[in-house]
Amino acid sequence: MLRVDIEKQLGEFSLSASFTSEGRVTGLFGASGAGKSSLINMIAGLLQPDRGTISIDGEILDDTKKGIHIPAWRRRIGYVFQDARLFPHLNVAQNLDYGRRMNGIADDPAQRRRVTDLLDIGHLLSRRPGKLSGGERQRVALGRALLSKPRLLLLDEPLGALDEGRRAEILPYLVRLRDEARIPMVYVSHDPAELRQLATQIVLLKNGRVTSFGGVKVLAG
Amino acid sequence: MIEITPTEWTAILLSLRVASVATLVATPLGIALAWLLARRDFWGKSFLDALVHLPLVLPPVVTGYLLLLTFGRRGLVGGWLADTLGIVFAFRWTGAALACGVMAFPLLVRPIRLSIEAVDQKLEQAAETLGATPFRVFLTVTLPMALPGVLAGMVLGFAKAIGEFGATITFVSNIPGETQTISSAIYSLIQTPDGDAAALRLVVVSVIIAVAALIGAEWFARRATRRLHGN
Repeated sequence: MLRVDIEKQLGEFSLSASFTSEGRVTGLFGASGAGKSSLINMIAGLLQPDRGTISIDGEILDDTKKGIHIPAWRRRIGYVFQDARLFPHLNVAQNLDYGRRMNGIADDPAQRRRVTDLLDIGHLLSRRPGKLSGGERQRVALGRALLSKPRLLLLDEPLGALDEGRRAEILPYLVRLRDEARIPMVYVSHDPAELRQLATQIVLLKNGRVTSFGGVKVLAG
Repeated sequence: MIEITPTEWTAILLSLRVASVATLVATPLGIALAWLLARRDFWGKSFLDALVHLPLVLPPVVTGYLLLLTFGRRGLVGGWLADTLGIVFAFRWTGAALACGVMAFPLLVRPIRLSIEAVDQKLEQAAETLGATPFRVFLTVTLPMALPGVLAGMVLGFAKAIGEFGATITFVSNIPGETQTISSAIYSLIQTPDGDAAALRLVVVSVIIAVAALIGAEWFARRATRRLHGN
C-alpha cells in the first residue's frame, strides 16, 4: 500500500497531493505541468517534499515532521524514465545487471532469463545502448529496473518518447508485466487510452492538486 | 644524428620522473576537487576555484617563493613534515615534483571538471534508483564516463609539469642529478660558452615530448565524445 500526503513548492508552482493506493497499477493522470513527474520523483526519493509523509506498506520513506528522508538508493523502488537513461558506457547485459550488483543480490540466472524472455531482449545483451531503437531501449530500461528487485515500480511516461507504432509494440509487455511480475506499479501518463489498458486505480492530478481518485472510470469525466 | 650525453640523459630522465610523480599524485586530488567544483555548491567555492587557478596567473617565481616559504626546511609545513615524517622537499627532486604538481594542477583539473560536468546527472539519478550509494554512483557512472577527460587532464598536466621552470628553480634550485630538469639544464647550457649544441638537443627533446602530449590529449578528447554518444 502506497500512502502519499505531501506539499512541495517548486518556484511558482505548488504541488499538494494526498492519496492512498492499494491498486496493482496506480495510474497518475494529468496534463503536462500538472506535477506528475515531481510527485513520482518524490516517491522515488530523488526530490524531497517540503511537508508531509510518504510510506509503503507502513514503512515510512519520508516524514518531514520527524525529519525522515530515506535516500533513493535505500528505497528499493524501481524507476523507468521516459528517456530510458541506460548507461551508455555499459552494454545491455551490464545495464541489466547493474541493480543486482549495487544491491548485493546473489546472481539469479533463472530470474534474468525470465525477465529477458518477458521483454524479448535476450538477443540484445552484447549491444551498447547507442545501437538500440527507442522501443528496445525502453524494454531494457524496464528489465534493468525489474532485476533490481524493487518493491514498487515507477514508470514515468515510459511510452512518451515513442511514436504510435512503437507504443503498440511496448504496451503488451507492460500488460504482461502487470499480470506476471506481481510488483505494484505507479504509472504516469497523459494518455487516457494507455491508462485504461493498464491501470487498476487512477489518481487525477490538475495544477498540482489531486482532483479525483478511483477506478479507471474517473478518466471519462 | 643527435648524440645525447649522459648529463643530458640525467636531466631528461629526472624530468620524466618528476613530471610522472607530480601527475600521479595530483590526479586523485584533481579528480576529487574537480568533482567538488562540478557537482557541489558550498561556502567559499569561488575562493577555492580561484586558489586552484592561482598558479596559472601568478608569476612562477612567486609560486616558487611561496612554496619555499611554506615547504622549505624552516617553512611552516616543511619544518613539520621534516620533523615528524622525515619528508624533505627543499632542494630535492621531490620538491621539484611538488612545484611541478602545483603548477600543473589548474591544467589538470580543468578538463576533468568539464568532463564531469558533461556527465548527464539524469544517469546518476537512474543509478541511485537502482540502489547505488553516491560514492558508487561516482565510481560506476560518473568516473568511467569522465575517464577520457581525466586522461586528457593527466596528459596536459604532465606536459606542463615537464616544461615547468620558474617555480621549480626558485624552490629547489638547479642541482644536476637532483633538481636539474630539462628546462633548468637548458637554462644553464645557454649561459655556458659552447653550450648551444647541447641546449639545442634538449630543446628538440622537449618539443617532441610536448607535441606527443598534445596529440595524446587530442586523441583522448575525441574518444570522450564518442563514449558519451554510447557507440
